[in-house]
Amino acid sequence: MDPIHQFEIKNLFPIAHIGGYEIAFTNSALFMLISVLLIALLMLGATSSRALVPGRLQAVAEMSYEFVSTTLRSTAGTEGMKFFPLVFSLFMFILVMNVIGIIPYTFTVTSHIIITVAFALLVFLTVVIYGFWKNGLHFFRLFVPSGVPGYILPLVTFIEIMSFLSRPVSHSVRLFANMLAGHITLKVFGGFVTMLGALGFLGWLGAILPLGLTVALTALELLVAFLQAYVFAILTCIYLADAIHPGH
Amino acid sequence: MDPTAAKYIGAGIACIGMGGAGVGVGTIFGHYLAAALRNPSAAQGQFGNLIFGFAVTEALGIFSLLIALLLLFAL
Repeated sequence: MDPIHQFEIKNLFPIAHIGGYEIAFTNSALFMLISVLLIALLMLGATSSRALVPGRLQAVAEMSYEFVSTTLRSTAGTEGMKFFPLVFSLFMFILVMNVIGIIPYTFTVTSHIIITVAFALLVFLTVVIYGFWKNGLHFFRLFVPSGVPGYILPLVTFIEIMSFLSRPVSHSVRLFANMLAGHITLKVFGGFVTMLGALGFLGWLGAILPLGLTVALTALELLVAFLQAYVFAILTCIYLADAIHPGH
Repeated sequence: MDPTAAKYIGAGIACIGMGGAGVGVGTIFGHYLAAALRNPSAAQGQFGNLIFGFAVTEALGIFSLLIALLLLFAL
């Protein structure tokens, strides 16, 4: 009963050998592919009919579009809408991967830090490169808040730079650790059920409690899966807003 | 001390940090709820700020949980 075992990466079939390293199609890649296919099918299927009164599928697509675009407009302004494809793809991809991971016997792609670090670095580098490209050296105003007394300004600037540099760390670890911790908790409570069930009739009676808790925790995990995708998207919007308007 | 015992004790101590995050997240949601009851029409506009504050606070608790998980399973 090792709760970490569910996060194991398995090679499904090898693709190539490059410099002594094996490049293989893993279960992680398989579930990423499934997520992309699901999102593509949803979006293509929803927009094929384009009815004035939306059906169920079209309403889902319209709601997700409205949800992300409202978030982006309220945090980064209308100018931020040029980043809508980035934010929308990140949100949908993370959301679908998180939700698929709750289904038993599947693999949670976002519970590996290498995946979330790739997302966070993508956002971080987009902010840095776009910020310098659009604002030039004015981008450094981000680290110098206005209205701060001169004698405390070096300290504040130092803190601002440190907080800017730690963004990709917290951005990625938040998503990864939430998914990891949630799935470990589910596994531990599932383990209680089998341990108590092995004790006989009295154990079965006792096992009802952790079983009910597992169901409740699965519902909580569904909330967390959505919330973490939303948090990742809204933090992306807030970071992009810094790149668009660096002055405080 | 037995290194394995020290590992488990360390993981337990690391989890204390989550209490601080619990206080912080409770403060954020409590104040949001109090303010939303005073002025329900303005509540929807602050939902993004609520989630942002929640995410930033919760990350600190998650970091301490991560240290505990690293001690238990990775080291």
